[in-house]
Amino acid sequence: MSQKNKKKQDIALAKESSPSKDKAMKDKKLERWASIPHEFEAIVVGGGPAGLSAAYTLAKGGVKTLLIERGDFPGSKNVMGGVLYSYPTAQVFPDFWKKAPLERPIIEQRAYLLAEDSAITAGFKDNRFFEEPYNNFTVFRGRFDKWMAGEAMEAGALLVSETVVTDLLYEGEGTGKKVVGVITNREEGTVRGHVVLLCEGANSILAQRAGLQEDLSPGDLACAVKEVIKLPKGAIEERFNVEKGQGVTIELLGEATLGMFGMGWIYTNKDTLSVGVGVMINELSRRGLNPNTVLEKMKNHPALRPLLVEGETVEYLAKIIPEGGYKQVPKLYSNGVLVCGDTAMLVNGVHREGSNLAMTSGKMAAETVIEAKAKGDFSAEALKRYKERLEDSFVLKDLKKYQNVSGLMQTNPHFFTVYPNMARQAAQELFTVNNVPKKEKQKKIIRDIRKKRSLTQIAGDLYRIWRTFG
Amino acid sequence: MNIMEGAFVINIAVCLKQVPDTSEVRLDPKTNTLKREGIPSIINPYDAHALEEALTLRDQVGGQVIVLSMGPPQAVQSLKKAISYGADRAILLTDRVFAGSDTLATSYILTGALQKLMQEEPIDLILCGKQAIDGDTAQVGPGIASRLGWPLLTYVSKVEKISPQAREIMVHRKLEEGREVLRASLPALLTVVKEINEIRYAPLPDLIRGATYAVEIWNNEDLHLDPTQLGLKGSPTWVSKTGTPPLREKGEMLGKDQASSAQIASLLAERLIPDIVVPNR
Repeated sequence: MSQKNKKKQDIALAKESSPSKDKAMKDKKLERWASIPHEFEAIVVGGGPAGLSAAYTLAKGGVKTLLIERGDFPGSKNVMGGVLYSYPTAQVFPDFWKKAPLERPIIEQRAYLLAEDSAITAGFKDNRFFEEPYNNFTVFRGRFDKWMAGEAMEAGALLVSETVVTDLLYEGEGTGKKVVGVITNREEGTVRGHVVLLCEGANSILAQRAGLQEDLSPGDLACAVKEVIKLPKGAIEERFNVEKGQGVTIELLGEATLGMFGMGWIYTNKDTLSVGVGVMINELSRRGLNPNTVLEKMKNHPALRPLLVEGETVEYLAKIIPEGGYKQVPKLYSNGVLVCGDTAMLVNGVHREGSNLAMTSGKMAAETVIEAKAKGDFSAEALKRYKERLEDSFVLKDLKKYQNVSGLMQTNPHFFTVYPNMARQAAQELFTVNNVPKKEKQKKIIRDIRKKRSLTQIAGDLYRIWRTFG
Repeated sequence: MNIMEGAFVINIAVCLKQVPDTSEVRLDPKTNTLKREGIPSIINPYDAHALEEALTLRDQVGGQVIVLSMGPPQAVQSLKKAISYGADRAILLTDRVFAGSDTLATSYILTGALQKLMQEEPIDLILCGKQAIDGDTAQVGPGIASRLGWPLLTYVSKVEKISPQAREIMVHRKLEEGREVLRASLPALLTVVKEINEIRYAPLPDLIRGATYAVEIWNNEDLHLDPTQLGLKGSPTWVSKTGTPPLREKGEMLGKDQASSAQIASLLAERLIPDIVVPNR
């Protein structure tokens, strides 16, 4: 062989594949993969509050667990308003405040009813919330969830990131049809598992494809946007009237959402604020509004502007919040599969609770799986205990209590427009000192109110609110 | 002749550094030092391309890829990540006596580890990134090559061919003025640039393997290196000051108002000849 030809052949050998080479390459891979686990007892889809709580509880309970996360790491794609509740978190991670990355313990919760240029405020402050076991904390999901993932891995769960589960793996037909694993977007991407926990957040394609959840409508979902705004050192203590390290939350109603069904908020972190607003998607589209516009307007409200002065926006986040409530809770279990957290619509919009319901549901799903493993039965019959657990707990009890709130608010948009203005006028009248006798002022207030809404209408509204919230 | 048969496989070692993700690092304006707190650690991006090239060559020719890193115990994260891309074996060199090593000491330690490895099995090729994004020295790869007495090929942008039986490799080097195609005998050490390849989206079993893999830990009791050449003691480099380089000044634009390209060219020549950039013949 001439030197020139030999060269050509070397190039060919290095660059082109041949059947024998492909086979050898495959053998090599099989050799590399020979010792890895090919089947798990539980596969958790999604590394958010629900999935991480489930994975940790499962691994602690001796269940061979694989956690699959879409983002670079658990937490990288997770968003919430910013409040983590201490009690439900400690039930999964006892004494978590000694180890986890937290921002500030909240010692004061305020509510502002905003009208144009005005605010009626109420609040509760208790210094005992600054002591163990604390009531709640502000956190960044990115950091806190990364910490939870570390705990889960330490307990023995295996984590695979940057991987998307595209479908569930099934076996059997009819009532015997069961989930036996997941299919991912990677090569050789199928993994088998005795049970799959769907914890992939709102708008879960997998839950819909599995026939557990119906298609969601814009009236079931809210869109929340949030900015993390950095403030000068010491500004939080000064502007929110707290001592070093103490935190405040403010919920914002009325003009905060431009009169739409939703809520705004300002939470204090270590040296930043989480400032956000969440509004029902159908309202946004009806008004033709972008959520960023709503947030920008809210930030400019004169009652809030002084809190944000000299702030620098360092992060921008958005999230879909399932607000369908009790009536939209999907089928929570089937053969070989359980549904947790936002995927299960476990959000209490009235009390802005979500991550605690997610963590509790993940824990209860895990406890059910641990029992199922002991019996060697992962059928729907065995997994039914998960739903019973949720029903016996605050999770479904609370959702049931407020099941008509979303409907009431959506059919009575004046709650967010007429009443805040009415309250403002009344307060303004009352607080303005202009030598008008108080009795006349009261008369005027009542006259003004009745111009906007008749006493019968007001009585009807009160009755409906009492029926819905009571 | 089939190079897959017999001894015609290549074993490749990849040297990898775990670095702070400098895209997220900010300089403290007062002290001019890097604010490292809370910054995520990543595989040095150039080293990730070196790993990818090693994996591609192995997949084509056969053999195995062994990844080495010197660093603190946390660097196992990057080595596990390397396994999840498909590397066969990963070793972390970690010891208190290694701490504070400059490029001279680091290349000494890595060379020691590579020599220990070569007592177990032959290494045909060592791949490194062209430089690390935190120190930017580009000295460790060349340091290893010179300690081993191996051919050194820096800034490699393409492996044109590798021939384990002829013990030869041909590569393209990316240079400022163009491209250079070179041939070298094996074993050799290459440092690579980003253009060499695109990093793969690995198969799921490799990710699961990465999650379960226990990285081998070697310390100086395994390597028996000369203590005077390790860590701060073995590092003649000292950092007097760090800072941000001044921004490069904007270039001068010529010929904006000129009609023809010939006019622009003559204008350019007039400017370049006095600077002796273009010899006036």
